[in-house]
Amino acid sequence: MSGEWIEVCAVDEIEEEDVIRFDHGERTFAVYRTDKGHFYASDGYCTHEKFHLSNGLVMGNVIECPKHNGRFDIPTGAAKRAPVCVDLRTYPVKVESDSVFIKID
Amino acid sequence: MNESGMVVVGAGEAGVRAALELRSLGWDGEITLIGNEGLLPYERPKLSKELLIAVEEPSPAAVVSEAQLAEERIDWVSGDAVRRIDREGHRVELASGREIPYMRLLLATGAKPRKLEIAGDGAGDLIYLRRYEDAVRLRESLRNGSRVVVIGGGFIGLEVAASAIQRGCAVTLLEAGRRLLARGVPEAIAKVVEQEHRKQGVRIVTGASLERIDKGAGEFKLRLADGTVIPCDIVIAGIGAVPETALAEKSGLDIDNGIRVNEKLQTSDPNIFAAGDCCSFPHVLFGNHRIRLEAWRNAVDQGMHAAGNMLGSEKPYGVVPWFWSDQYDLTLQVAGLTDRAVTIVERNMGEEGQIYFHLNEEGTVVAVSGIGSGGSLAKHIRIGEMLVEKQAKPAAEALADHTVRLKQLMR
Repeated sequence: MSGEWIEVCAVDEIEEEDVIRFDHGERTFAVYRTDKGHFYASDGYCTHEKFHLSNGLVMGNVIECPKHNGRFDIPTGAAKRAPVCVDLRTYPVKVESDSVFIKID
Repeated sequence: MNESGMVVVGAGEAGVRAALELRSLGWDGEITLIGNEGLLPYERPKLSKELLIAVEEPSPAAVVSEAQLAEERIDWVSGDAVRRIDREGHRVELASGREIPYMRLLLATGAKPRKLEIAGDGAGDLIYLRRYEDAVRLRESLRNGSRVVVIGGGFIGLEVAASAIQRGCAVTLLEAGRRLLARGVPEAIAKVVEQEHRKQGVRIVTGASLERIDKGAGEFKLRLADGTVIPCDIVIAGIGAVPETALAEKSGLDIDNGIRVNEKLQTSDPNIFAAGDCCSFPHVLFGNHRIRLEAWRNAVDQGMHAAGNMLGSEKPYGVVPWFWSDQYDLTLQVAGLTDRAVTIVERNMGEEGQIYFHLNEEGTVVAVSGIGSGGSLAKHIRIGEMLVEKQAKPAAEALADHTVRLKQLMR
């Protein structure tokens, strides 16, 4: 995938087992840090309805939508629980010199 | 001849979730989903909000498509009603004359608006909101400058009032009680809601004792006990819902504020289950206290849970009750049962809003409630809900201190 790396924030701006919102241009993303310390990124809005996943709860490798409790697997974006049935788009993430970057096209 | 399979009566949220779940749990036989509205199953929460303020002609927010139902081999019977359950013969008879045999039956018949009993010739022309067609009709009558009276300061009434204001109507809300949202919502939250409505221009009258509704010369006249007369163009009543139990009653099933089910969502007939707004059930997290819920999430969860038990899993239903209400930019959420509490601990979240923890005599968290803008509090309420589920007894000081991470209190 072509695209450019965009700096999101410093590593310690996302708490462990949590998620933040990241807006870039017209687009919005959710950037996650799991309890194991891994970082991931996905589209910001739930695929079921327009609610931002950064308001949702991270439990292990799962993000739960704050409105209807649909769930996605964070690393793959796979839909895991009704009412969501469409997978979430994910983006590559890297950590460099204590900053988190995501690659968007 | 049909083989007898799984039959679901009611194609609302609970019914459709049950039908889909039966298939995803591996049931390979017939699944029949019977709805009487003639529409694909749709989301009801939008009827009082997004749909009323839609600029373009709205359409129902379907939960599933016809293609999906076909793919899951769910026989969707639309616009027909079950007239009778033949419990001996294990089959249902439809108004159209069709008969469908069942091995297990799920009643997900929902609820209907409570009718306002009031004197005057205008009482027959009130608008009630439950179905898509009600919302379409209401949306059409909410014109810029229309004078609207909403009777009832509960969730439906308040959401409709907010939508009507956003459509440019002049809105008066009448509540018979001392305050808004008296059922299940702490007073502090009700105050925030009231302030916002007043700020947006809703005229709120609490302690309103409505005596009669007359109609004449193209307008309604509502008369209160104190002599006030309110003229208006539209009257909407949102004074609660009653469970749809007629079919269950006629079939001799036990009724107790809804279709009475046990903790496995089974009615007094072991082959018949019930789920959603229509049933009352003993809640295992609250000492088997019997409750009936009118909430989207409960409909989803109970429908899915009932599907498992119809296939023999025999599990008690113990999901924490949870609901939300959106009004303007405010989102209100309650998880658990606030009426089981004796004390309330406030956690001030600053600009995000307020959270309240509701504790019983033993200090166990039995509910959490909150109000804030948009989705800002959702995460915290969700953890609060997990505390209720775990029947946790965290120190009140920790609950009140917003610098203590709620997740820590789970461990």
